[in-house]
Amino acid sequence: MNVKRQTTERLAPWIAVVVLTLIWELTVRLFDVPSFIFPSAWETATALVTYAGPIGMHSWQTLWTTLVGFALGVAVGLGLGFIVGSSRFLYNACYPLLVGFNAIPKVAFVPILVVWFGIGSVPAILTAFLICFFPIVVNVATGLATLEPEMEDVLRVLGAKRMDVLLKIGLPRSLPYFFASLKVAITLAFVGTVVSETVASNQGIGYLMMSAGSQMRMGLVFAGLIVISAMAMVMYELFALLEKRMTAWAHRGQNR
Amino acid sequence: MSAFVAFDHVSLAYDDSGNAIEDIDLDIHEGEFVAFVGPSGCGKSTFMKLCTGLHAPTAGSIKVDGVAVTEPLKISGMAFQNANLLPWRTTLDNVLLPLEIVKPYRHQFRKRRKEFEGWARDLLKTVGLADYEDQYPWQLSGGMQQRASICRALIHQPRLLMLDEPFGALDAFTREELWCVLRDLWEAQRFTVVLVTHDLREAAFLADTVYVMSSRPGRVVERREIDLPRPRALDITYDKPFIDLVHELRAQIGEIRST
Repeated sequence: MNVKRQTTERLAPWIAVVVLTLIWELTVRLFDVPSFIFPSAWETATALVTYAGPIGMHSWQTLWTTLVGFALGVAVGLGLGFIVGSSRFLYNACYPLLVGFNAIPKVAFVPILVVWFGIGSVPAILTAFLICFFPIVVNVATGLATLEPEMEDVLRVLGAKRMDVLLKIGLPRSLPYFFASLKVAITLAFVGTVVSETVASNQGIGYLMMSAGSQMRMGLVFAGLIVISAMAMVMYELFALLEKRMTAWAHRGQNR
Repeated sequence: MSAFVAFDHVSLAYDDSGNAIEDIDLDIHEGEFVAFVGPSGCGKSTFMKLCTGLHAPTAGSIKVDGVAVTEPLKISGMAFQNANLLPWRTTLDNVLLPLEIVKPYRHQFRKRRKEFEGWARDLLKTVGLADYEDQYPWQLSGGMQQRASICRALIHQPRLLMLDEPFGALDAFTREELWCVLRDLWEAQRFTVVLVTHDLREAAFLADTVYVMSSRPGRVVERREIDLPRPRALDITYDKPFIDLVHELRAQIGEIRST
């Protein structure tokens, strides 16, 4: 009984995908939507197979630019988060700035980046970086800044320096926040890369979709969409797994 | 005998709303077990913070071991009402934490780790946690967490142990069990203890000297030496002299609260 329920639970997301695809296919057929407006699931699948070569090449481009941008975001996010979170003064000083910076639509940066670095991978990497480092900074900084004073006192009565407190308690305590933010950041990084590619690149899934769209090959456009979301989902799950592995102590009770 | 901890007319005001504690003037001798009791909000915890140097007084001066306290002490250990164990460390690693911080141990930590682990294991054994060294704090009961917390406060062999209502959140049976654990540790090592508590029986059972504090601003209104013979067995808490003593203390607190 229990085993059966577990299998159903595990299968549930796949069932949802199948149902959604069916609804998609049926709706398009039922209302006879022309394929240059909204392609059916079948047409999209055909496009995926037919253009597997170019799609594969462009997805690889998108994947590695995203990962480089993401890696930059993690490095800068961790560093900045640590600095901002380690002192109340800096936290108060920088937080509004960061929020303001985050409110700027990152698409607006792309033209600037193109002027500086030309068309290609660099603006894509930088857009991915710009869009994904914010949640990391905020989470790490918050994890450090919300340290319980009692925990701090335990070390301070031992003559611990501020740095001791941060390294022994602050950093490990903010790790769950950090890993949670990675899941958000990786999906955002994909958004950044693709946005930049649609505007200023001749490679990548974003570029592929843009050029296919201009030729009204909507099957290919949708194939691109599906590839992006598949990549993002895989990366998300990867980081979810990593989070569980690294910070099991913070997720106790959930698997009991 | 000169005082180990000396408070010289100490007052502390956190802000303009008046003193949290006022004109505390007392001496604690090395190896003495003192308890502070009083109504809630009387500044007992403030006293702890002053004593360990986490806060500086606004008036008067504090000396520990003959030296004026100007920064957090390095010879003290502290345990609180919440065990405050770090959930990502095993019990053993939690107990070892002070050795990673306190000089001179912090610089020897890597080299002498095995030896330090031995200390921690011995200490955990004496409080009855021998089989729980590798468990995480959240796998322990509240009483066990508190035992581990006391071990952590003692691992670096502090000369001054500060206990801020350490048994406050425990059930009555566990609490009495831990009184005995603390009593045995103290009998064996004779460090100086400052215990802050609401529990008059706890204070009377464990301490040499009980200070009764008034409500805010906290002042010491009574100093009482407990001359019950040591070592004390838990049974004495049901004997008449002990009960009378607790009654008297209780009456005093009642008076403070009604004024």
